[in-house]
Amino acid sequence: MLVHLINGISLGSIYAIIALGYTMVYGIAKMLNFAHGDVIMIGGYVAFFAMSEGAGLPAPLALLLAIIVCTILGITIERLAYKPLRSATSLAVLITAIGMSYFLQNSALLLWGANPKAFPDMFKNAEAIEFFGAKISPVALVAIFANIVIMVILTLFTTRTKVGKAMRAVSEDKGAATLMGINVNFTISLTFAIGSGLAAVAGVLLCSAYPTLMPTTGSLPGIKAFTAAVFGGIGSIPGAMIGGILLGVIEILARAYISSELADAIVFGVLIVVLIFRPTGLLGKQIHEKV
Amino acid sequence: MKTVLKCENLHVYYGSIHAIKGVSFEVGEGEIVTLIGANGAGKSTTLNTVGGLLKPREGSIEFEGKSILGVAPHKVVSEGMALCPEGRRVFAQLSVKENLEMGAYTRPASEIPETLEMVYEHFPRLKERQGQMAGTLSGGEQQMLAMGRALMSKPRLMMLDEPSMGLAPILVDQIFEIIEALNKAGTTILLVEQNAQMALSIADRAYVLETGRIVNSGTGKDLLNDDSVKKAYLGG
Ligand SMILES: Nc1ncnc2c1ncn2[C@@H]1O[C@H](COP(=O)(O)OP(=O)(O)OP(=O)(O)O)[C@@H](O)[C@H]1O
Ligand SMILES: [Mg+2]
Repeated sequence: MLVHLINGISLGSIYAIIALGYTMVYGIAKMLNFAHGDVIMIGGYVAFFAMSEGAGLPAPLALLLAIIVCTILGITIERLAYKPLRSATSLAVLITAIGMSYFLQNSALLLWGANPKAFPDMFKNAEAIEFFGAKISPVALVAIFANIVIMVILTLFTTRTKVGKAMRAVSEDKGAATLMGINVNFTISLTFAIGSGLAAVAGVLLCSAYPTLMPTTGSLPGIKAFTAAVFGGIGSIPGAMIGGILLGVIEILARAYISSELADAIVFGVLIVVLIFRPTGLLGKQIHEKV
Repeated sequence: MKTVLKCENLHVYYGSIHAIKGVSFEVGEGEIVTLIGANGAGKSTTLNTVGGLLKPREGSIEFEGKSILGVAPHKVVSEGMALCPEGRRVFAQLSVKENLEMGAYTRPASEIPETLEMVYEHFPRLKERQGQMAGTLSGGEQQMLAMGRALMSKPRLMMLDEPSMGLAPILVDQIFEIIEALNKAGTTILLVEQNAQMALSIADRAYVLETGRIVNSGTGKDLLNDDSVKKAYLGG
């Protein structure tokens, strides 16, 4: 039981890190960036090639490189594909995001082929840790730890720094934020940069935990993390964390005790039930504006 | 008297809707100037254009002798003017103090505490509520916050879009007193109002806007006694 719980929290931590990207971009740009899951996959490939025989970079440098590439990729996607649609209907933006997702997947297919790659074990020198008799893999611990660090930094950033507060202002009212002197375009770029950098971290953690890497690697975790973001309340940073962890725990427990085939169906079933009773998610915004 | 704001022949469109059709007006240093007009006349459109949120298709806007048409929307406030928009538009999920800090976004952090004290002097209520989420303030408090937030940039020209909207008469009086006090302290005011009676009585000069055009102008006093203005905006 304990081992399942910890593995669930660990998988959930990865979902939470991905969900942060969905939720922050949704909060600022009011759009669902369906290509987010595929940025994870790109991050995985960058780290894979950085650590492969030819390049032979150590794991931390490979992670750093993946973060840099994904950050640039995220900013570029926003500039080229989404920014021209800033005043378009949300349906047009959604279709563009889905198109961008396929574009990234097919580019990966073209560049790196369909054959799964075996992601190297980044923690081969570390041993599994005993915790009250449960054996916990190093990657599970690293995922949980990374998630906590990221949450703390993001919370401090959005509540204590000037740029972070401006980000919250932009997410509420772009026009009013502009009147304050806040550069809305820069803020949106920054949000995509942070979300995509986190996607790279999630991609490396995901590939370390489940070491098969292929062009569709990001799709299902992307959709589940999106579910986690909605579950926790889209637009809410703590919501992404809680939603992600709950989703991971439910998935692992369902897989262990009910049926591994049904696990995903159960996860989405729980989401539907939550949304029936709390349409804005667990921590969704419920303040009504006064007139 | 020095001219602070000079708009000439402004034309503004929303897609194919021609909302402002050749509007020209001036605001002199230290004045209170008001734009009055019915719903949909184009008052907010005019202020939002000056504030940088909308780009005119034709015409010129000069602030203190310098064209601001090429200035990026988010840099207009640094030129020295602030717009307190229609409907307050405070940041509901930010605290009162954070809202005020956003108002001073372009200013050095070291100057903020002093300006904050100045704003709290005008609006003591805001100081009591500084930690509260802006979305939970009453309508009147939100209006004070919106004005305080605009003041945080220390503007030389303050533009106010219907500050009295939806407020009880006693609060309306209070808001107008504050506007006059700000003006006495040296801030030039461009005021848009539905409440023409109040606006004209504190204004040095006024313009009447009708379906995107200026149809009348004069001193506040003249317009208060003007028959057509009386009939259309002052209830007979
Ligand atoms: N975003 C928009 N899209 C299309 N048309 C608009 C938009 N905003 C305003 N308009 C139109 O432009 C005209 C002027 O509107 P504006 O808001 O400037 O009027 P106003 O004088 O401020 O009115 P009110 O007193 O009701 O605030 C109106 O006909 C309005 O319908
Ligand atoms: Mg208006």
